[in-house]
Order: sequence, then C-alpha cells, then structure tokens
Amino acid sequence: MKLAQLIESLRNHLKTVVRVCLVLLAILVLLDAIPAIVDKEHAHTKAEHFPAFWAVFGFIGCALLIILSKWFGHAGIMQREDYYDE
Amino acid sequence: MSSFWLHPALILIIGGLLLPAVPARLKKGWLLLIPILAFARTIALAKGTFGEVHFLEWVLVFGRVDALSAIFGYIMGLTCIIGTLYGLHVKEDGQHIASWFYVAGSLGVIFAGDFLTLFLFWELMAFSSVFLVWFRRRPESLAAGYRYLLVHIAGGVALLAGIVLHCKATGSWAFVAFDVHHPTVATYLILAGFILNAAVPPLHAWLPDAYGEGTFNGSVFLSAFTTKTAVYALCRGFAGMDLLVVLGVIMALYGVVYAVLENDCRRLLAYHIISQVGYMVAGVGLGTQMAINGACAHAFAHILYKGLLFMGCGAVLHMTGQSKFTELGGLWKKMPWTFVFTLIGGLSISAFPLFSGFVSKSMIVAAGFEEHKLWAAFLLMLASVGTFLHTGLKVPYFIWFGKNNCKPETWARAAEPPWNMNAAMMIASALCIFIGCYTPYLYQMLPYPTDYHPYTAYHVSETLQVLLFTAVGFFLLIKKLVPEPTISLDLDWPYRMGGRAVLWLAQKPIQFVDTCVGEIYRVAGLIPLMFTARASGTFDNGVIDGIVDGIAETVRGIGGRLRFVQRGRVQESLVLAFAVVGVLILVFLYAF
Repeated sequence: MKLAQLIESLRNHLKTVVRVCLVLLAILVLLDAIPAIVDKEHAHTKAEHFPAFWAVFGFIGCALLIILSKWFGHAGIMQREDYYDE
Repeated sequence: MSSFWLHPALILIIGGLLLPAVPARLKKGWLLLIPILAFARTIALAKGTFGEVHFLEWVLVFGRVDALSAIFGYIMGLTCIIGTLYGLHVKEDGQHIASWFYVAGSLGVIFAGDFLTLFLFWELMAFSSVFLVWFRRRPESLAAGYRYLLVHIAGGVALLAGIVLHCKATGSWAFVAFDVHHPTVATYLILAGFILNAAVPPLHAWLPDAYGEGTFNGSVFLSAFTTKTAVYALCRGFAGMDLLVVLGVIMALYGVVYAVLENDCRRLLAYHIISQVGYMVAGVGLGTQMAINGACAHAFAHILYKGLLFMGCGAVLHMTGQSKFTELGGLWKKMPWTFVFTLIGGLSISAFPLFSGFVSKSMIVAAGFEEHKLWAAFLLMLASVGTFLHTGLKVPYFIWFGKNNCKPETWARAAEPPWNMNAAMMIASALCIFIGCYTPYLYQMLPYPTDYHPYTAYHVSETLQVLLFTAVGFFLLIKKLVPEPTISLDLDWPYRMGGRAVLWLAQKPIQFVDTCVGEIYRVAGLIPLMFTARASGTFDNGVIDGIVDGIAETVRGIGGRLRFVQRGRVQESLVLAFAVVGVLILVFLYAF
C-alpha cells in the first residue's frame, strides 16, 4: 500500500502542493511569452500570438462550460431519478 | 477465389461456440487463447481482396484488407484480448460468447468489401451486444437493452433500405466511397444507418442509456466497438462530406455539456464517447488525408483509453456495487491503483503530452486549422477543455477524493479488483503511454503517409496551458460541480414517453372501441350465430368429427413440438435466431 501512503502524504501537505502547482503555472505562462522557447510560427491565428492566449481560453472555456451547462440542466433537463418510473 | 481464407471473426465465432464444451480447468486458457489467435490472424493478413463467395447472383467479399481496414482490425483484435482478460473471472460462458460474437461482427464489418456482408455483420453486432446489457440482469438493464435493440433495428432498416436503393441505382453491391457532393436518398439512408451507430445527435440517446446499464465488463466492449466500427464505415464511405464537420462539432460539445450534468460515472464516460467520436466524425467530414489519418489515429487511441476508463469505473462498480458519484467518494485509501489507471485514461483522453490522445486528437484539430475551418477548430479545442474537466478531473476527484458519500456497506466492500482486471488496466495504461511517447508505432499504421509532428514547443505549450488552466477553473468552481442525484432528460425521452402514449392508446381508446364492437357483435351476431351453430352441430356430429379428430391429433402433436421452440420469450428466440445466423456464416465460409 505504498501508493496510498504517497497520496496520503500529498494530502497532508496540500498547501505546499498547491503552491508548487501555482508556481508551475506561472512558469508555463512565462515560458510561453519567450519567443526563443515557444516559437509561435506554428500558431494558426493572430489571436494566438498574445502571451497566455490558451491559458485564458482554457480558464474561460472551463467556467463557461460549467455555468452554461448547469443553467441548461436546471432549466428542466435534470430530473428526479424516478422520473421514468411508472 | 476458391482458396480458403481464414476470417479472424471465424476464430472468435468458433471459439465462442466451443467455449461451453471446454473443461473448467482449461477455460481461462481458452479465454485468452482465442482472442490472441484472432489478433494474430488479424495482423498476419496480407493486403488484398480475399474470401469472395458467390451467393445467388451476388459476389460477397468477406476479406478486403487495405490500410484503412487493417488499422481498425488491429485495434479491435487487440481490444478483444484486453477486454476478455478484464472479465476473465466471469464464470458465465454466455457473457464471453456474446462479447466475442460482438467483436466478430465488428471485424466482419471492417473487412467486408460489399454491402450485403457489411449488413450481415452489422446486425450481428447489434444482436450480440445487447446481451452485454441484459446480462447485468437488473430490471432497468432489461428495459435499456430492449430500447437499445429497437433503436439499432430501426437504424439497420434504414441502412438496408439505403443499400437496396443504392444497389438498384448503381448496379453494384461494392462498398466504396460515395459521391458525397451529390448525395441521393440512398446515400442519406445509408448515412443515417452509419451515424446512428456513431451516436451522432439526434440519434445518440441509445448510447448512454445502454452503456450505463451494461455489465461491468460488457461496457468495456460496448465502449470500443459499435461507434468506432461506424467511424470506420464513415471513413470508407463519406470522407469529405461537409455536413459531417458540423455534426462532429455539435457532437463534441453535446457530450461535454451532458457530462457536466451526469451523476453516474459510466454514463458520464458514455457521454464522452459521443464527444470524442465527434472529433472523428469532424475529421471524416474534413476529408483531407491528414484529417482521415487523424480520425483513424484518434479512433485507435480512443478505443484504448476509453476502454481503460470503463475498466476503471467498471472496477469500482464491480467491487462496490455503485457507479454514482453521490454514492461514492474518498476511495483512494481502498483502490489506489484503480485510481492511477483511471487517471492515466483521463490524462490520455484529455490529450496531455506523453499520453495517447495528444498525438491523435491534435491531428484532427490541426487539419481543421489547415482547412481554415477556424470555428470548427476552436470549438473542438473548447470540447477538449470539457473533456479534461470531466474525465480527467471530475471522475477521479468525485470517486477517489471529494466528499465520502459511501454507505458503510459500500465502504466495506471496496477493495482493489482481482489480478486479471488490474492486469488488463495495466496493459491498457502502458499502451496509452507508449502511443503518446513513441509516435511511429501509431503513425506507421495510418492509411496515408504522415509527416505530422505533435511535439513542437508551441503545441506542447498550447495544450498544457489549456489543460492546466482548466484545472484551475475546476478547483475554483468545484462547488458548482458537486454531483446531484438526478438523471438528465435526453432525446430518448420521445420514444420512452411515446411508448407510453401508445400503451395508453391501446389500453384506453382502442380497448373501449374493442369493447363496443364486442358488445354489438354479441347482440347482433350471437343470436343468428347460435342458430347456425346448432344446425352445423348436427351435421358436425354426424359427419365431420371423424375426419377432424384425426387432423386435430396431428396438429396438437406439431404444436407441442413447436411450443418448445417458441415460448414467446424474445430473448430465447433471439439466441436461437442468432445461433442459426452463426451456423449460416460458418456454412458460407466453409463452402468456399
């Protein structure tokens, strides 16, 4: 059960884990802004040349999907589990 | 061609038919041997056209082997091994036979060179796969299975009608690419049959309905074969049809939206099949060599990681008896390895660098950008956000972490699954990572030559940003995502409720009319009838009795024998019909 212990220790140090993740995210965005490292000639559109374009896309896309889907669901699509029972 | 060509499907069919006769101690060996033999036969197939059978005035082609059918045959054969290993401890022969016949149907479609053969195996798939749902033996599974079967029969009828019209118009049964720019009624009917199996909205509701109700290992098979066989058929027949780009993008987003609402982990995964097949359908619609390569590559990768995800959630279902997020949670202490395998599946489907989805999905998106269909490409990127959100984050989080909703008995039952299930998940995980790390393995199998390189700095940076910031959004909005014990109405509503309307019609107005007619008949008809009856009775007693008694005796004898066969139980009749079809296939194949 070594794997479970590893997960447990990560959970016990959740704050550190979160901090490390945030630092990694910042590094990712910084690297994306340096043309020598991330060559944007592969970009398909002009918008993608903005630094962190895809980070913003991911974050906003995620928020939109959650909010709009839940709105859609609560507009009558989500029903009690016994909806189809006679 | 007169020489015998061994169809890989034949190995599975014969292996399945012989399974009940195999002694118990050899059974596990047999269960592993047969899929391995079928896979070995599939990869040993030489390119060309084989297994031509002259039937009436038609030529049936059982073995068209080219680059397109070879890659699909390869992955189907491989998945059969993994899926059978996963369910190795299942004692019931019927379950293994049903899944092998199902794979045989899929291989038969893939290698079919003409529409009649295709149709034969297409129906074999539908009729064998439904047993994978029924074998779960819940009242809900029985109903879901019947709905699944009815929908597929409707699709099959559309397909057959299209095939007949198409043959009448062109004079050929050959299954080749259609003229997608000038579609006829026949083309649309065949397309309808194909996209029903590919679960393209609005013809998709059967998929989450049935796959959520399948047995723990049956859904692993279900997740792989029906939709991807349909993707193969679309690649072969409808490459470059613009309509499919639109449908594919709608599918990709539709599945994602419903996945947000879903509380059952296997139904969530089922909605993500719709989403992922959307990428493939869009790729087929784009129709360029790169897009078709992308569709094939993605189908290949998808079968493995989706199978892996269904194995992970199936293991949870098998061990705990639960599949709803509102009944699970906090299982990392009990099933950590299942968590890791499911996470690998989740990272693969989300197209993380070094995992399989990364090298396949991006080909389709890149083909979209190259064709200047920017809207399609950006919307597909949005769908990948949703994919990671649910399959990469929501599924692992709410099963293995999150709030522990387990009842005491669920918690007590939870444990790592048997060795064979772990082994199957380990193999699938290894393949997902291998495909992601060593691209030539997959790329060399693709139907067209490719010089696509997924590992550019830009692509890696783009993907990591999209995915990791999706994760940020997930953790910030996690309160909104807490599962709710609900079901989501989908487009199965019309036929589920429509069926009820028919029942009401039958029970109320039609029954009423029937009662009225009966009453009129009794008053107006019965009195003259009694008179006539009395008259004929006299005649009957004297003359006819002697003759009739003899005939009646004979009829009763035949009836008694027939009653054995036909007891009005549809499932039994199906098994029988099914066995007859199996024997017929054998006869055809052996005769030539």
